[in-house]
Amino acid sequence: MLDLTFDAPKPKVISGATGDWELVIGMEVHAQVASKAKLFSGASTEFGAEPNSNVSFVDAAMPGMLPVINEFCVEQAVRTGLGLKAQINLVSAFDRKNYFYPDLPQGYQISQLYHPIVGEGEVLVEMGPGLARRVRIERIHIEQDAGKSIHDMDPHMSFVDLNRTGVALMEIVSRPDIRGPEEAAAYIAKLRQIMRYLGTCDGNMQNGNLRADVNVSVCRPGDYEKYLETGDFGHLGTRCEIKNMNSMRFIQAAIEYEARRQIAILEDGGTVDQETRLFDPDKGETRSMRSKEEAHDYRYFPCPDLLPLEIEQEWVDAIRDSLPELPDEKKARFITEFGLSDYDASVLTADVEAARFFEKVAEGRDGKMAANWVINELFGRLKKDGLEIGESPIGAERLGAIIELISRGDISGKIAKQVFEIAYTTGREPAEIVETEGLKQVTDTGAIEAAVDEVIAANPAQVEKARENPKLVGWFVGQVMKATGGKANPKAVNETVRARLGL
Amino acid sequence: MSKPNEMTIADARDALRAGEITSVELTEACLKAIDEAEVLNAVVHKTPDLALEQARAADERIRAGEAPALCGIPLGIKDLFCTRGVNSQAASFILDGFRPEYESTVTQNLFDAGAVMLGKLNMDEFAMGSSNETSHYGPAVNPWKVDGRKLTPGGSSGGSAAAVAADLCLGATGTDTGGSIRQPAAFTGIVGIKPTYGRCSRWGIIAFASSLDQAGPMTKTVRDAAIMLSAMSGHDPKDSTSADIPVPDFEAMLSGDIRGRKIGIPKEYRMEGMPAEIEALWAKGADMLRDAGAEIVDISLPHTKYALPAYYVIAPAEASSNLARYDGVRYGHRARLAEGEGIAEMYEKTRAEGFGAEVKRRVMIGTYVLSAGFYDAYYNRARKVRALIKKDFEDVFAEGVDAILTPATPSAAFGLGEMADADPVQMYLNDVFTVTVNLAGLPGISVPAGLDAQGLPLGLQLIGRPWEEGDLLNVAQALEAAAGFVSRPEKWW
Repeated sequence: MLDLTFDAPKPKVISGATGDWELVIGMEVHAQVASKAKLFSGASTEFGAEPNSNVSFVDAAMPGMLPVINEFCVEQAVRTGLGLKAQINLVSAFDRKNYFYPDLPQGYQISQLYHPIVGEGEVLVEMGPGLARRVRIERIHIEQDAGKSIHDMDPHMSFVDLNRTGVALMEIVSRPDIRGPEEAAAYIAKLRQIMRYLGTCDGNMQNGNLRADVNVSVCRPGDYEKYLETGDFGHLGTRCEIKNMNSMRFIQAAIEYEARRQIAILEDGGTVDQETRLFDPDKGETRSMRSKEEAHDYRYFPCPDLLPLEIEQEWVDAIRDSLPELPDEKKARFITEFGLSDYDASVLTADVEAARFFEKVAEGRDGKMAANWVINELFGRLKKDGLEIGESPIGAERLGAIIELISRGDISGKIAKQVFEIAYTTGREPAEIVETEGLKQVTDTGAIEAAVDEVIAANPAQVEKARENPKLVGWFVGQVMKATGGKANPKAVNETVRARLGL
Repeated sequence: MSKPNEMTIADARDALRAGEITSVELTEACLKAIDEAEVLNAVVHKTPDLALEQARAADERIRAGEAPALCGIPLGIKDLFCTRGVNSQAASFILDGFRPEYESTVTQNLFDAGAVMLGKLNMDEFAMGSSNETSHYGPAVNPWKVDGRKLTPGGSSGGSAAAVAADLCLGATGTDTGGSIRQPAAFTGIVGIKPTYGRCSRWGIIAFASSLDQAGPMTKTVRDAAIMLSAMSGHDPKDSTSADIPVPDFEAMLSGDIRGRKIGIPKEYRMEGMPAEIEALWAKGADMLRDAGAEIVDISLPHTKYALPAYYVIAPAEASSNLARYDGVRYGHRARLAEGEGIAEMYEKTRAEGFGAEVKRRVMIGTYVLSAGFYDAYYNRARKVRALIKKDFEDVFAEGVDAILTPATPSAAFGLGEMADADPVQMYLNDVFTVTVNLAGLPGISVPAGLDAQGLPLGLQLIGRPWEEGDLLNVAQALEAAAGFVSRPEKWW
């Protein structure tokens, strides 16, 4: 195992009229638990179903209905906590967060304020070779999602879709350890990557399955270090919370805008008001949603319909034993086991399916060559078609077979690309393609010699020049390759040309 | 032989099995009694067609020789229970016309045991009240009467109590959050038991205060309560607070033998200003149990005086949250909005029109005690008091006490409207002897034990160990036998 040590990256600095400012960011990430059923009802969580078709009596908050915890969702939260190297609390409890909204049928969200299931953990967010931010996780709790209010279907009426109501969310709360917009995006990407490895959240931001509330404040250089030393938030600036962001791009834009807005206020001699803000992607601005004074009083209290959630250490241990290899470990292993560069290993482990695909290709073959083929050929080709790795028309076995053909000297790298394209588009077996299309590399010395002789005979002038300037050997090799339809072994051709020309 | 509707559950069961009567005959007798008792306002949704259908099916089962415990027994169901296809409104206008597509676990258990449902019974709105006067349907009336004055049957299960006492049904379901089964039972001269919290599933019962609500039977005798409770109880995976504990045959545990049982008399229940006849009845109850072979001991439950304030913080807090779902969006009453009004107006008007004054009062109290800045002073302190009250009981039971004897109510039934102008706290004082039991999650039973000077029934309460309802019922039956309470209200309706 490689012992990877990292330096902390520099925080983002914005130069103002009165000096430099640094950013301090904390995030609350809402990740939808990958589960077929909702947190407290048996209703389906399937995305894109007919409005109000995945709604049980419990979800619709019919009179007398009671929540019953879905054990699998608890397991997923524990698994996520373990993946973030976090403390698992064997006793946690559910609380009600009370507020009125039509897409919240119960009039309260069942959440975990006082006793979350997961405590402190950390995430390593790499920002470049040898650079990484350690972001502390404060807690993870499980809670119900709300439904969807639809205001633009009718000029006079609003509609409510309760399909999402009661779906399990994990709220992952970080400490204010993120120091710039890029780090914020990288942090979410890292969480997403880990949860996809764990199979606890599909990370689909477009569908809203991963979204974040972002707390932004600014401070002077040195202040953040004082906060770290003392734990006193007084050293940090007043924060604003930007709600419900589900795009990496918008998160970065919103943070950038918000930081500059706060700096402008401070440099004007004003004070930043603690408030909740919304990002308007059309205008690229954040605007006030509600001030601290207007903040809801959620009247949290323990949910009397549910007993405290008690789990066994053995159960947690069993989940820990079943954890897959996580991104950081996998990357380190790819570097040592396959001799990959840091960059290639990062690219290949970014997505768990890609990593799995690569490992299948590399198994028993040249790891570096496998990495090149997966990253350069396959990823490039998939990107062109807008496909995900899981939708690849060519499987790992077939890509591996192409690499074997190259290693055996049956085909050249160039021909291999031709074979890859055919295999990719037609789904045919690489060996069969080589056979049927007559692409097998010619290693037969006689045939190569004959081809070389033919080219030499046909180009006496070039022969003269080549004797003066041996660099022209390449021209002859090219001609021979052309004449053989690329099938001749380039190395053998090169040697023969040199011999025949007496070089 | 008495009229069919006047029978006890036990007698009716035996008669049904012996073929001396049919469920249809029993049911028709009850339906007739209900029709004659409109003035009592005990039944708010009659279900005669369903009742007769169930009765015919029960008669089939009896003929086939497969009659479960309550086969063919006509019951009334408190309006707090959701019953499939039948109005279930918690006696509130906000659930106007609400007919659920599901059946509460308790009523389903009763139906599985062969019971017949005659209709839904009146109650205080959302079970909030002690006189049935907060009902949207108007108050149920106590079949007991004094000097021509109409009296309250108590509450919140006032309709259930009136219906059983007036022989409109053989038994009824009630629910008890702070005394809502035991107080009306005492006011009407019947038996009512609130079992241990978690004994009956709360699934499908419209929630008032989830950590306190518990269903139980209201019957003419202790034996009937035992029969009905066995049928209602049982673990329900749909209610996380329902206990996975076997339900014994409570009736089989009625030995009548209480020799050696230790009965505690808590000194803190001797309230200042307690009517002498209540105190005398209490002492008489202790004597009767002693005569039956029990040992009577003085005990102390030191935190009793904090119970009522703690209860009136916790119950409204939970209610304020539980009742948030009645918002006019999905079911029940929705206010008509004026042009340009939006969701805030819809909430405000719907809830202003849909809830009565007492419900509004408790929602506001509950909202207040949970508010930022007040939470610790009220809700958290009340929770601590609750833990201390629970410990009071645990300490006493640890000393070997088997059951605790107290008065059920501080007075006999009072006149309807009598408390209309009183401070609401005066009404809350009705629960002074009963709320501790809910806060501690214990079983408690009210047994009719005598008449006051006006000739109105008075009850005594027995409090048992958790999950020992069988033992508690046995002591209650001994008390019932010794008290020999046989008085019936004179039929004036």
